[in-house]
Amino acid sequence: MSETDVIDKLESGMTIGIGGWGSRRKPMSLVRAILRSDLTDLTLVSYGGADIGMLCAAGKVSRVVFGFVTLDSVALEPNFRRARESGAVAVSEYDEGMLQWGLYAAGIKLPYLPTRAGLGSSVMDVNPRLQTVGDPYGSGEEFVAMPAIPLDAALVHVNRADRHGNGQVLGPDPYFDDVFALAAEKTYLSCERVVPTDELTKESPSSTLILRRLQVDGVVEAPNGAHFTSCQPDYDCDEPFLRRYAAASKTAEGWEDFRQTYLAGTEEDYQRAVARFREEGAA
Amino acid sequence: MSDATRAEVCAVACADAFRDNGEILASAFGTIPAIGVRLARATFAPDLVLTDGEAHMVQGSWAVGARPPGPVESWSPFRSIFDLVWNGKRHIMMIPTQIDRFGNVNISAIGDHARPKVQLVGVRGAPGNTVYHPTSYWVPRQSSRVFTDKVDVICGVGTDSARRAGAGATRFHELRRVVTDLAVFDFDPDSGRMRVRSVHPGVAPEDVQDASAFELLVADELTETRTPTSEELALIREQLDPHNLRAAEVDA
Repeated sequence: MSETDVIDKLESGMTIGIGGWGSRRKPMSLVRAILRSDLTDLTLVSYGGADIGMLCAAGKVSRVVFGFVTLDSVALEPNFRRARESGAVAVSEYDEGMLQWGLYAAGIKLPYLPTRAGLGSSVMDVNPRLQTVGDPYGSGEEFVAMPAIPLDAALVHVNRADRHGNGQVLGPDPYFDDVFALAAEKTYLSCERVVPTDELTKESPSSTLILRRLQVDGVVEAPNGAHFTSCQPDYDCDEPFLRRYAAASKTAEGWEDFRQTYLAGTEEDYQRAVARFREEGAA
Repeated sequence: MSDATRAEVCAVACADAFRDNGEILASAFGTIPAIGVRLARATFAPDLVLTDGEAHMVQGSWAVGARPPGPVESWSPFRSIFDLVWNGKRHIMMIPTQIDRFGNVNISAIGDHARPKVQLVGVRGAPGNTVYHPTSYWVPRQSSRVFTDKVDVICGVGTDSARRAGAGATRFHELRRVVTDLAVFDFDPDSGRMRVRSVHPGVAPEDVQDASAFELLVADELTETRTPTSEELALIREQLDPHNLRAAEVDA
């Protein structure tokens, strides 16, 4: 598949989960493809970074389901800030663990899972739909009944995959990509390189194969596809480019300028523009 | 007379928050708390478990801002950290944007949550951390803006909020310490209110109250925060923070 083929499978109004974590291993080439598309009114579920910020700034988003949105080295995501402070997007803000629990509940076909996380916090007030549930075994304790967060689609980016959708994470952390996949009706996976199945375990243990074709519906080969987020060990976060994005995005005009420079064309155009940025930095 | 800086006194106060914690994961946000937990482990709390901030638990005493040389002692992706949080063998020190007299903490948004005046990072793991395992806070610059009468969004659950939410919230809820650039606080077990335990050398008790929008309780035996030992000072200056990053957090 190509990024464009994935976009053809998505529809406006969908709930879409995005894998990775902050500025780490985000499926950015798929995010960039959504930016170029006419998709709109999306509900995004994410351990958020620039994926959330860019899609909010481009007017693609009606609701963000999140626990945080951060660029890591830059604590606050400027585009998300502006979207929130202008009231452009609605939010469902949960504790990070509640978010995992909601995705996991959806993945294992339960309407909710109990947790202490959220009790006593404003999470209960800003999500008026949240209910508590008593311990049926008589401890007398009440827990949050974290509702399932079923996804229409999940987008994840990994290091390697075979063409069948078996995905491999070679970096230190799988994050919650497999939970996103489990929670989703359809999962589209991008990867640095598509390889024959027998190559996946030639040099790496099978414990790196965290996404199974059972949960994956399409594979896109996207070299440097997580840029500017990290995709270890293939590459680190591009901090100079991250800072360029963060500085530009402080204002709507700056973001528009950034979008025109980097995001208006194809993925190939983007990668060429990034290469130019790198050469200018080196010069 | 110690020649320790305020930042160094704060680092030791942060370390002391982890004294007698046993074998738990010590998670520290901010430069001075990071120095503190490494100092604690290098001296009086050798069983503490520390992560590299990514996906590994690592041994050793490395400098803040540097990558740990290892050795790696275990794998700890975010998934396993969430499990550890809910299992409870963890003590975290977080940085509040706002904190009130009962230790309710905001890191999510200033103003109305529906349309904030300032969007912050988000509730993150604070709701879960505070009801599942011990929590402390680090305030690099205490002021009445941070020590506020009422927080806009309760992310870290305070003593009053936990009590209101019932046994599910109070069972493992434990606010330990608040360390600021001026003083060290704990929470009065009866009222649940923040209480000054010790004031840093060179700080007057009234300075601490002046930098708070709410009335602070004061411990019966109010003391002066202890100064670092010469061994601790050497560790901080030569090993844990040779580039003096601590001065960027507390400039005194």
